[in-house]
Amino acid sequence: MALTAMDIYKLLPKTNCGDCGTPTCLAFAMQLANKNASLDDCPHASDEAKDTLASASQPPVRLIKVGAGDKEIEIGNETVMFRHEETFHHACGLAVQISDELSDEEADKEIEKINNLWFERVGEMIGVELIAIKETSRDAEQFAGVVKKVVEDSKQAPVLMSYNPEIIGKAFELVSGLAEAKPLIYAANEDNYEQMVEIAKKHDVALVAYAEGLEALADLTAKIADLDFKNIVLDSGSRDALDVLNDTTQIRRQGLKNNFRPLGYPTIAFATEDDKEEVVVKASTYVAKYAGIVVIKGDEPWQVLPLLALRQNIYTDPRVPPTIEPGVYEVGEVGPDSPVLLTTNFALTYFTVLAEVEASRIPAYILSVDTEGQSVLTAYSSENLNAEDAAKAMNSSGLKDKLNHSEIIIPGYVAVMSGSLEAESGWSVKVGPREAGGLPNYLKEYTS
Amino acid sequence: MTIERVTRKWKNSINVVTIGNDENKVQVGGETTLPFLHDEGEMPHKPVIALEVYDQVPDTWTDSLLETLGDVVKDPVEWAKKGKELGVDLISLRLTKHALEENPTSPKECAELAKAVSDATNLPLIVWGTGDKEPDNDMYPAVSQALAGQQCLFGSATEDNYKTLAATCIADGHNIISESPIDINICKQVNVLVSDMGFPLDKLVIFSANGPLGYGLEYAYSIMERTRLAALGGDKLMAMPIIANIGPEVQRAKEVKASVEEYPEWGSQKERGIGWEVATAVTYLQAGTDILTMCNPEAIKLVQEYIDGLMAAKK
Ligand code: SF4
Repeated sequence: MALTAMDIYKLLPKTNCGDCGTPTCLAFAMQLANKNASLDDCPHASDEAKDTLASASQPPVRLIKVGAGDKEIEIGNETVMFRHEETFHHACGLAVQISDELSDEEADKEIEKINNLWFERVGEMIGVELIAIKETSRDAEQFAGVVKKVVEDSKQAPVLMSYNPEIIGKAFELVSGLAEAKPLIYAANEDNYEQMVEIAKKHDVALVAYAEGLEALADLTAKIADLDFKNIVLDSGSRDALDVLNDTTQIRRQGLKNNFRPLGYPTIAFATEDDKEEVVVKASTYVAKYAGIVVIKGDEPWQVLPLLALRQNIYTDPRVPPTIEPGVYEVGEVGPDSPVLLTTNFALTYFTVLAEVEASRIPAYILSVDTEGQSVLTAYSSENLNAEDAAKAMNSSGLKDKLNHSEIIIPGYVAVMSGSLEAESGWSVKVGPREAGGLPNYLKEYTS
Repeated sequence: MTIERVTRKWKNSINVVTIGNDENKVQVGGETTLPFLHDEGEMPHKPVIALEVYDQVPDTWTDSLLETLGDVVKDPVEWAKKGKELGVDLISLRLTKHALEENPTSPKECAELAKAVSDATNLPLIVWGTGDKEPDNDMYPAVSQALAGQQCLFGSATEDNYKTLAATCIADGHNIISESPIDINICKQVNVLVSDMGFPLDKLVIFSANGPLGYGLEYAYSIMERTRLAALGGDKLMAMPIIANIGPEVQRAKEVKASVEEYPEWGSQKERGIGWEVATAVTYLQAGTDILTMCNPEAIKLVQEYIDGLMAAKK
């Protein structure tokens, strides 16, 4: 939580000596509040003032990195409770949990399946970024064997799940490249935290702190912080949707509203029941409400796809209308007689149209007109989509040189502008379907 | 270490809206807290589910869903009875045939159908038009009258079409859905317009024309959160329960429509339909939705269990 100038002023010596280069302590406090000065400039500042300022300047929810290279994800560093207040900054990681008791063959199959849980959606690659290997074998070599496969063969960063520091430590010895892969260790608890912190420090990786209830969890992370380790992810032990919701909400608030350091870390939540549908129900809750990492049991695309789409939605920055570059886009093997479709440069509209054109398997040109990122109807009513600008875009697009016709298909919602668009542009205008979903049928008829 | 819990206390509560008559009534709203944070206030009424029933087989739905629902989709009364079996709280009846260009049904036929659905299920009704002004305004008075005293929920009043609906619902004692296109200012505006007609604010439910998961869900999600925060903070013109259109919207999503042949990498279409509907419902519940309208029987069961779990007193 940011300190005000008054908060800072109270911490200063109030002698107005001017050694900081500013005539008064108050003026200096104002500069500090605006981040235009550093407390180091005041030679008389107390240790208390230094501590308070240092902790206030840390992000309220610590930024944690898991994985390395193109498998790296960042979580935490969130600043708001509701996305409309600013935005949610770091999309939660999605992990699929597997057992360390899988046979070699089973593990290979499983990894291959999880590798395929990556999809392109509205111009973005989205997928499962983590594999959580849960140790139940009590066998360090068995565990390391599966971890090795994940490190070598998967597209995911590993989460090492065992409360046994020996098994975790051994995995780092046995699997070359594991430390470099920057796994997340799960988990330190009241009994093992000293050894776990030692391992996490040695390999410079993040560590989950597990305790039941927020009080015990804060005690644990405070002890871990005393060991000078802060690369922490929180697990409050709740597994029921209602309890997790309450805990993740309270933890986020403790960071943002209280600047309470022991809970100022991202969280991990588990939807690991056997019922495949229930996994989707619970995990959706955790994606929407504040989890930093969501671990699921289940590797079916129908389970994962809605969670990925939800994450994409929730973590969309509401401050920026998602836009694409206006201009001509070619879909498929276009030729001079290919149809031309007009749409806006609102990304969601464009990608929806694109997907339908692709599905139709009919090569076509899409002309994206600059509507300042507004959708068809909004742009039309705010006049960001009008006949004059659309005509200009059509005639300056270079399409005429590529085509042996001058016919354009406009969205059904703006059928009313077809007359004025014909007059402005000199093209002939056809009215397409209202919803992009009608495009495949429309295009089939259009081209036949 | 003791933790000073950060709790949010609110000065206003959401209106309680009663749908149905003395025998079958369902109540929604009344919250004095954000969704499911029971430590901070009351959620006296659980969120409820309405089964979507159309007066003709929806031509844009997936075969997968239509097969799951079976032959009942050909008969709205039988379809509605399925809702009874599923234990839903309400029926969401969509009247569409009166707006057909060819052979539209008459207002009287609409009224007979609505009455038949109501009689066959004895569940409280939500009745929607299509949004086509003229046919809807011809239909509303007849249907409203036929259901007089049932205290149904009629949808929907919009910025450009609210007068007929408001007048007829005042006369027959129904509730109204106030609809706005994902816009918080218009939402408030419609509430003002309808209440200026003499319609009581505590018989309104808000609908913000939400999209399905993956297709602009985040806009409606944030509008709902903002609406709810404003209402709890004291804005009486926003303090209505919220309805979200789940099932029919989900049927528009490509990830639900596409067959396994088209997208083998997406897996079973049947399961995809369930997953998409469930995830959409769960997310809108987290934003403050009080009434969900749903299609898929499997998804309905899962969300019913989910709601029960979230409403269970905290240990
Ligand atoms: S150096 Fe420190 S004590 Fe002196 S005026 Fe600046 S802030 Fe005040």
